[in-house]
Amino acid sequence: MAGLPQIGEPQRAGPKHALPLLELLSFPILLLVWQVLAMALAHRLFPSPIAVGQEMLRLATEGKLLADLAKTLWRASLAFILAMLIGTAIGILIGRKSWLDRLFSSWLLVGLNLPAIVVAIALYIWLGLTETALILAVVINKVPLVATTIREGVRSFAPEFDELALAMRWPPAKRLRLIFLPQLMPFVLAAARTGLSLIWKIVLVFEVLGSDGGIGYRVSLFFQFFDITGILAYTSAFILVVLTIEYGILRPIERRVLQWRSAQA
Amino acid sequence: MAIGPGLKISIDEKRYPGSAAPTFSGFGAEISPGSVTAILGPSGIGKSTLLRIIAGIDRDYSGNVTIDDQPAAEAAPPGFLFQDPRLLPWLTTADNVRTAGTGVSTEQAMVALGRTGISDQASLYPHQLSGGMQRRAALARALALNAGLLLLDEPFVSLDRILVEEMYRLIASVAASDGPTMLLVTHMAEDAARLADRVLVLSGSPPRISADFHLPIPPSQRDATTLDAYKQHIGTS
Repeated sequence: MAGLPQIGEPQRAGPKHALPLLELLSFPILLLVWQVLAMALAHRLFPSPIAVGQEMLRLATEGKLLADLAKTLWRASLAFILAMLIGTAIGILIGRKSWLDRLFSSWLLVGLNLPAIVVAIALYIWLGLTETALILAVVINKVPLVATTIREGVRSFAPEFDELALAMRWPPAKRLRLIFLPQLMPFVLAAARTGLSLIWKIVLVFEVLGSDGGIGYRVSLFFQFFDITGILAYTSAFILVVLTIEYGILRPIERRVLQWRSAQA
Repeated sequence: MAIGPGLKISIDEKRYPGSAAPTFSGFGAEISPGSVTAILGPSGIGKSTLLRIIAGIDRDYSGNVTIDDQPAAEAAPPGFLFQDPRLLPWLTTADNVRTAGTGVSTEQAMVALGRTGISDQASLYPHQLSGGMQRRAALARALALNAGLLLLDEPFVSLDRILVEEMYRLIASVAASDGPTMLLVTHMAEDAARLADRVLVLSGSPPRISADFHLPIPPSQRDATTLDAYKQHIGTS
C-alpha cells in the first residue's frame, strides 16, 4: 500500500539559545562578585576567593582536608544509597496500595516534620557517638522525603498505559521497563537531587554534633578559632565535590533518561 | 495472512463498582471470522467497555467471551486502536510501533509506519508529531503485530475530514488485503457505512442489540448513492 500524504508538519523543537554558555559563566560571575565584595570590605573575616583557594590547597597537601572529605563523602554516600533504596520501596508500596497509604501517611508526616537534630541526639544517646548512629540518623531524616516524592510519582502514573500493556499482553518485566520506570524516573531523579543536597547538610550538622572527623567536625574546630578562611576552604572543597557529582553523574543520567523531554523543550 | 478469528460474546453481567445498574446484562453476539463489524450506539452505552472485554483488558465480568474458542484474556494480543493515540512519550515513533510485540523488528516497524505513510517520522518522539501523525503511528502499532483481530475504538474522533477520509481508505485497504476480523466501535453512521459489512446497533440500558444488519456491497464498491442509502438505513434503525 502506498504511503498516505502527510497531514500537518511535525512539531520540531525551536532554535536552541545560548543557555549552556550562560550556565558556564554562572560560576565565574559568582567568584567575581565574591572577589569584589572581599576587596570592598577588606577585612580578615571576609577572605577573597583567591585566599580561600590557597588555603584549600594548603589544607589538602599539609592538612587533613582530603581525609575529612573522604570521611564525609563516605557517610553521605552510604546514607544516600540507603535512604534512596528504602524511600523508593516505601514510596512505590504506598503509592500503589491506598490502604497502606492511609495507614502510614501520618507516619510520613511525622517523619517529614521531625527535627533532624532531635533524631541525631536521640540516636547518639541510644547508640553512642558511632558511625552507625550518624548514618542511621541521616537515613531516618531522608527516607520520608524520598518516599513522599516517589509516592507522588506513582500516583501520577497514567492508567491508560496499564490498559495498553494489558491489551498487548506485556509480561511484568516489559511493563516495568516500558511503563513504570520511565514514569518513575523523573521523580527518582528529583528525590536524588533534593536528597543529596539535604543529606550533605545533615551529615555536616551531625558531624558538628559528635564525630571523630569529617568536614562538619573540622569546621566546628575552625569555628572555635574564628578561622573563617579555613571554614570557607573546607566548604568550597565540599561544594566542588557536590558540583562534580551534579555535573559528572546526575546531569548525564538525567540527560540520558529524560532525553525525550529535552526533545520537547 | 490467515483470515481473522471468530468471536463468541456472552456477558451475563458487567457492573462497575459503585454503579447501581449493570453496564451489560445478558448480552450476547457472534462475530464471523474475517468480518468488519461496526458496533454503533450513543456515547456512554458501553461500546468501549465491550471492546475492552474483548481485548482482555477488562476481566471483571461474569460470562464468556472467546476468540476462536480461547478465552479473550488468553487469546493472542489484538491490534487495538484506542480513542487517543496512547503512544509512550519516552519512545520514538518506531520504538512505539515495536512495542506491539516481542517479535516486531525495526524493519517490521518501518514497514508498518510505511503503510500509514509516516516512515519519515520514525525517529521523532510522539510530541514532535502532529495529532494526525500520532493517530497514524498508533494505527501502525496496531498493524505491526499482524494480529488477526483488530479492535478500533472510535478511531476517527476529533480528526479533521481530510484525515478521516485517509483513515477510511487505509483501514478499508487493511481489511481487504489482510482479512482480519475487525470490530469498529463508533457513534457515527457514516463510519459504519464506509467500512463495515455488518452493523450491530446498541440501545437501551443495559444495552441490547436493537438492530443487526449486513451491508452486502463491499466497501470498495460503495458509491455515493449506496453510502447515502446505508447511512440512512443505519441512522433510522
